[in-house]
Amino acid sequence: MISIKNLFFSYDKTNVLEDINLTINDKDFLAIIGPNGGGKSTLLKLLLNLLTPKSGTITLGDDLKKSHLGYVPQNTNLNIGFPITALEVVLMGHLVGKRPLFGYGKDEVSCALNSLTQVGMKEFANVKIGNLSGGQRQRVFIARALCSNPKVLLLDEPTASIDVKGQREIYDLLKQLNQTMTIIVVSHDISVLLNYAKKVAHINKNIVFHTLDNIQRDIKDDEHICEVELLNSLGAISSCGCSHD
Amino acid sequence: MIDILSYTFIQHAILAGILVSISAGIIGPLIVTNRISFLAGGIAHSSYGGIGIALYLGIPILFGATIFAVITAIIIAYLTLQNRERIDAVIGIMWSAGMALGIILIDLTPGYNVDLMSFLFGSIIAVSLNDIYYMIVLDIVIVALVTYYYREFLAISYDSEFAQLRGINVKFFYTLMLVLAALTVVAAIQVVGLILVIALLTIPTYIAENYANRLSTMMILSVIFAAVFTLSGLTLSYMYDLSSGASIIVVSIFGLIISKIIKKKK
Repeated sequence: MISIKNLFFSYDKTNVLEDINLTINDKDFLAIIGPNGGGKSTLLKLLLNLLTPKSGTITLGDDLKKSHLGYVPQNTNLNIGFPITALEVVLMGHLVGKRPLFGYGKDEVSCALNSLTQVGMKEFANVKIGNLSGGQRQRVFIARALCSNPKVLLLDEPTASIDVKGQREIYDLLKQLNQTMTIIVVSHDISVLLNYAKKVAHINKNIVFHTLDNIQRDIKDDEHICEVELLNSLGAISSCGCSHD
Repeated sequence: MIDILSYTFIQHAILAGILVSISAGIIGPLIVTNRISFLAGGIAHSSYGGIGIALYLGIPILFGATIFAVITAIIIAYLTLQNRERIDAVIGIMWSAGMALGIILIDLTPGYNVDLMSFLFGSIIAVSLNDIYYMIVLDIVIVALVTYYYREFLAISYDSEFAQLRGINVKFFYTLMLVLAALTVVAAIQVVGLILVIALLTIPTYIAENYANRLSTMMILSVIFAAVFTLSGLTLSYMYDLSSGASIIVVSIFGLIISKIIKKKK
């Protein structure tokens, strides 16, 4: 569906990403993890065409257009005092094109309300975005991405600054959405995320790729996992010959 | 009190006050939500260079100030979009460079002893019919553009990265926003003067923010507040023989304080 080949990227002279190769298939739930400054968000922005690779290619599959990529940005706490309602944020998700002379079309509004219903936020449609909690705001941003009927949903740190319960709710929502679309999540919340993701890519300039079947087997539901042990176990697996493609 | 309304200059002043309130009330929220008040201040002050050029060359002042302010706005937009680092310093430089250019050119203008104060602090009483026409055209342009491109302006103001992703030409609309701000500033110079323009653009918006859930509501409320402040400031300046611009701003600040007190009591 999306294939990345020999990708290099740098903001100035030093490479942020080196020789990234990654294939993303339909209905994947891919977690991108790694240290701060490791290039996770950069990779997401490259996928979205917000940045241009220094060398290498990102190829979208035949049935996939740029407009099929839905994006939920990292910092939804930005501009919190802005006079905008949840519904208007979601309406931003519509593609530019045909529109009425004034305001929004009926179909656009009903589509936006549908997206809000999908994430369980319909009753908050006319609430100012700054008056919502972090988790609710995140849902609104997911609804905005859904508004353009994406085939792939890309989320950058969707659960940063949300409590554990809120995090689970967000991931449950993503799991549900995953039945109809591909999900790519950049995140630090490894312990929660690994209950949901099917594949994981560790990015720190270079990429290490894992499928999660063998790790997930060890993890019981609702049990907190120590991230150090987890990383160790990932490291152990990668050193005993799992594919680094 | 009623018979003063029969004077043409008073009629012009009232009309100008309302017309400027419309443009300032619509552009103000864009400036405040984009956090570019300082930028608008830079455009306002450097437009003094345009006034100087116009006087020196003997062309209409409104025309000279407009051209100069629009060019300044485009340059500032370009620089801001290129490199946000040190942009505050660049705006500060353009701010003072424009004023210096204006003052020197007025010094050099032979036999001309224009009242500098009227540009700095406004002279709404001296608004001409041409100024009124300028303001009417400006209001029509602003209302039309901001209404039709409301979603674009909303998107680039709230989340410019996402706007770009949705295929909105962020650079174009950002530049357009600054150009509209420049035109508004030029119109408002007549009413409150270039030193006080920023207050007219920001105070009504700042109050409106407390009552608005949407940018559009914020704009409508800003227009109403701006008109109320302008007209009551004008009345005050007529009754006690005070500078119109300063009176309008003092009334606005008074309104701001009252709104803050009301908000606290709630």
